[in-house]
Amino acid sequence: MNSGIFHSTYKADMGLRHTYLEKARWVIFAIFLLAFPFFANRYYLTLANTIGIATIGAIGLNILVGYTGQISLGQGGFMAVGAYTAAILTINMGMPWWASTLVACVVTAIVGALFGIPSLRLKGLYLAIATLASQEIIIWIVTHWDAVTGGVDALVVPAPMLFGITMSSDFNFYWLVWALAGVTALLTANLFRTHIGRAFVAIRDQDIAAEVMGINLFKYKLLSFAVSSFFVGMAGALTAHYRSIVTWERFTVDISVLYLAMIIIGGLGSVRGAFFGATFITLLPATLTNLGRSLKSTFPVVDSILPFIQQAAFGLVIILFLVFEPEGINKMWKDIKDYFRLWPFSY
Amino acid sequence: MELFIQLTLTGLTNGAILALAALGFVLIYKASDVINFAQGEFLLVGGYVTYAMIGQFGLAWPIGMLITIAVSIGLGALVERFVLRPLIGEPIISVIMVTIGLSSLLRAIVSTIWGNTPKAFPSFIPSEPVKVFGATIGADRLWAIVIAIVMLGLFTFFFRRSKEGIAMRAVADDQQAALSMGISVKKIFAWAWSIAAISAAVGGALVANIVGVSQELSHFGLRVFPVVILGGLDSIPGAIIGGIIIGLLETYTGGYIGHGLNQVIPFAVLILILMVRPYGLFGQEIIERV
Repeated sequence: MNSGIFHSTYKADMGLRHTYLEKARWVIFAIFLLAFPFFANRYYLTLANTIGIATIGAIGLNILVGYTGQISLGQGGFMAVGAYTAAILTINMGMPWWASTLVACVVTAIVGALFGIPSLRLKGLYLAIATLASQEIIIWIVTHWDAVTGGVDALVVPAPMLFGITMSSDFNFYWLVWALAGVTALLTANLFRTHIGRAFVAIRDQDIAAEVMGINLFKYKLLSFAVSSFFVGMAGALTAHYRSIVTWERFTVDISVLYLAMIIIGGLGSVRGAFFGATFITLLPATLTNLGRSLKSTFPVVDSILPFIQQAAFGLVIILFLVFEPEGINKMWKDIKDYFRLWPFSY
Repeated sequence: MELFIQLTLTGLTNGAILALAALGFVLIYKASDVINFAQGEFLLVGGYVTYAMIGQFGLAWPIGMLITIAVSIGLGALVERFVLRPLIGEPIISVIMVTIGLSSLLRAIVSTIWGNTPKAFPSFIPSEPVKVFGATIGADRLWAIVIAIVMLGLFTFFFRRSKEGIAMRAVADDQQAALSMGISVKKIFAWAWSIAAISAAVGGALVANIVGVSQELSHFGLRVFPVVILGGLDSIPGAIIGGIIIGLLETYTGGYIGHGLNQVIPFAVLILILMVRPYGLFGQEIIERV
């Protein structure tokens, strides 16, 4: 009977996955992901793709907020940068989708680092307000720079092609987005085994102590903004290619709030938490819609107030999680695991 | 010159309303160190409740206003007790997020009750145009300035003279010391939230009177940020002067330059102020530097 997981070698301690059970769970999850598109209908595929994009964006935001402790309300703006860069490059310069996505990631990383500059002097609440301002400024530029972004009109992005196959069909896009989500998760999990990632965590836990230990706050904070925005930009670019229509309304401050809710409900500072949160926040309105549809025949009023119910549920879920389980779904998941591992001698 | 006076007057009235919204914001921050992202929704609730009392139930406006204020007190106390109190001592991001969640919830409740379409407000403040220094302006806008000044005067009096006001300042200054003097910090927090809700409700009723009631009212929640940062997060005079400066800035850029620049200029100012003088014009210089 184990009372916990103990490592006797450094190699085991540094491992990404520790126990056989953990590895087995990952294999099962991977098999599920691989098998899913062959059984799911279009509706579920669309949901899965949305979750995939949200996971990438949420992991990106979690690097900044969860791991480095820099609160950002600029997620929507950064996603807009990614989406618009990808769309403009594809439409105006005829770039293939993968190249435009890559360039969009890099451009967003640069913009992210630029708007991260205030973080050098501000933290906590003041930084949150500063990033909120950058969100407003980015969206204003997007809607008023008519010559490049088309202003308030929507941009129509041509369907992404790979070897003559349309990638934007739900089935094909599924493989693309989940492959990228897998790579993002793996990169992020590994990032926090390197000195860069550990510097991020040190800054979150105590910035002054981190500086005393020789971590260049200037460099690592901007790096965190850049790395985070890289993935956020990827999520934005993927949105552009998947939806094939880019409008600024998709990237308002509400989106910033949505993504913050994802990582808080999922669990700050964990890749798994970002995935949980993205899944939960995407499925919540979808589930409510389905529920509303089935109730429509008995209660016709449901149809008209459904959007309000979704909004209320969103707010309520955030409040309830913060009051009762501030560490999010990830903590619940750990508790469940511990319960079974220690059963029947849990204390 | 006429345009200038016109813009100045409009800017002053916008500023007065912004100041009212900012006031509640500053109060909450001063007393409990909480940034309230739901301040705009408090405005929204205030506007709609006034609309319901006067427009739907046909009450006389003084009674309607009184009921609105009573509702606001209840709302503020409720929010403090069930949403904010469990989060005392939690990290800043949780507190920010919980008020954001609250804003979403409040907006949804208002939409469920009153729907999403803008409503004509039964104006109880006269709105016929008045000539001032050669410029024409709606009388309701002038009233907004007057009411804002009266409210600010009342609040200043409250903080200087009343027992609760002084207790609130004590709590803001040092919670430990206030507790040991027999002040109930919990009660003070409830007070702060209720008063914030009242000032938001009055602001909401004023705006509704000028432009009608719609979901747009909640946008004030975001527009308040440049005001409070400029004035200083913990300064009541700062909220007023910040509100007037931002109000004037918005109308001047809107009137002279256009291109929707008036929406974004306050936020550019906000970042600038944060970089140069994070505690604002009148705030206390206690901000932590990195």
